[in-house]
Amino acid sequence: MDTLLFLRPARAVPLNRTLVGYVGSGDLEVMIDRTDGHQAEIHIRTSTQGSEARWQQLIERMEVDHPLPAMRMDIHDFAATPGVIRLRIEQALELALDNRGNTHD
Amino acid sequence: MTDQTDARLIPSFVEQSARQRVEGMLDPGSMRELLSPFDRMTSPWLEQQGVVPQFDDGVVVAKGTLNAHPVVVAAIEGSFQGGSLGEVAGAKIAGILELALEACQLGTPTAAILVLESGGVRLQEANLGLAAIAEIQSAIVALRQHQPVIGLITGPVGCFGGMSITAGLCSYLLMTREGRLGLNGPLVIEQEAGVGEYDSRDRPFIWSLTGGEQRYATGLVDAFMGQSLSQVRAAVLDCLQQGVPEQFRSDTIEASLATLGQVDTEHQIDATRARAILTQEQPS
Repeated sequence: MDTLLFLRPARAVPLNRTLVGYVGSGDLEVMIDRTDGHQAEIHIRTSTQGSEARWQQLIERMEVDHPLPAMRMDIHDFAATPGVIRLRIEQALELALDNRGNTHD
Repeated sequence: MTDQTDARLIPSFVEQSARQRVEGMLDPGSMRELLSPFDRMTSPWLEQQGVVPQFDDGVVVAKGTLNAHPVVVAAIEGSFQGGSLGEVAGAKIAGILELALEACQLGTPTAAILVLESGGVRLQEANLGLAAIAEIQSAIVALRQHQPVIGLITGPVGCFGGMSITAGLCSYLLMTREGRLGLNGPLVIEQEAGVGEYDSRDRPFIWSLTGGEQRYATGLVDAFMGQSLSQVRAAVLDCLQQGVPEQFRSDTIEASLATLGQVDTEHQIDATRARAILTQEQPS
């Protein structure tokens, strides 16, 4: 298991606490929680060793389409493919930024 | 718009996550999850062994109401580590059962619903998992004197190992066709007895012996239910209305042992013979 941390500049916006996915084979869970800081902290635990460069690229490509909010994001990855990872992160961000509110408050 | 009359569009309880199952079971708006994922109570043992943890440790516990009756619900997430129980996951289930017992003693009759989806003890936390399952079992035995403890085995994982013994202690045990109940899982039996005796890849054979239909026919469970949320909920409500049973299944252990003592182990057993032995009827 590898433990990774990425810190990215981000804008402070209202957030819903969000959890999507689960730690099952080929899947991951993504949790978004609020933070006081002005950066996106992305904490990753992944079963795929030596995958730091891949995560770095994935986050950089995501930022092109979605400016990241200031948040603490935790990822527990159980050998998900990059496509699944991207979908799960986008799903979590969509729920976190949905201003109609969320059940996890 | 979804058409509620089309069976293909009704979500199956079997396909839902543990949290969706709990949400669906309880009256809308009544669910209060304890130790939610945002409390970050993960297993302290998995990471030390290089295994990725899950924020709820694979168990969802909540208080709420079911048709206005106070209940606690614990649901195991079968997708995380095969629904295995370690220190945290096990303590969450034991704790919520003890809360229900306390509520009963303080004058609020509170029943318990357990969604059992488990391979048994989590091997990475062996002794702590065993201790936790023992705590769950003693909490069930204490609570079932006051209020029903209703166990559900809906699949796809099934209920094995120490949790199959736990299932046997419940006031009522309900299964779907997809669910399986057995002390040892199919792979374990195959390794011990040989593939000629028990082929774990032969799915029809495995389900014919341990599936919900067979377990209902042999009297090891109280109800055989459909897979939709409304059918599962109706079956649970039915048990809730029946209240505390006059006799628990685990009280009849002597009769069960006597039956098993008469089994002729010389010949390969099949589903029909198993049914005949357990129901004390001659095979047709």
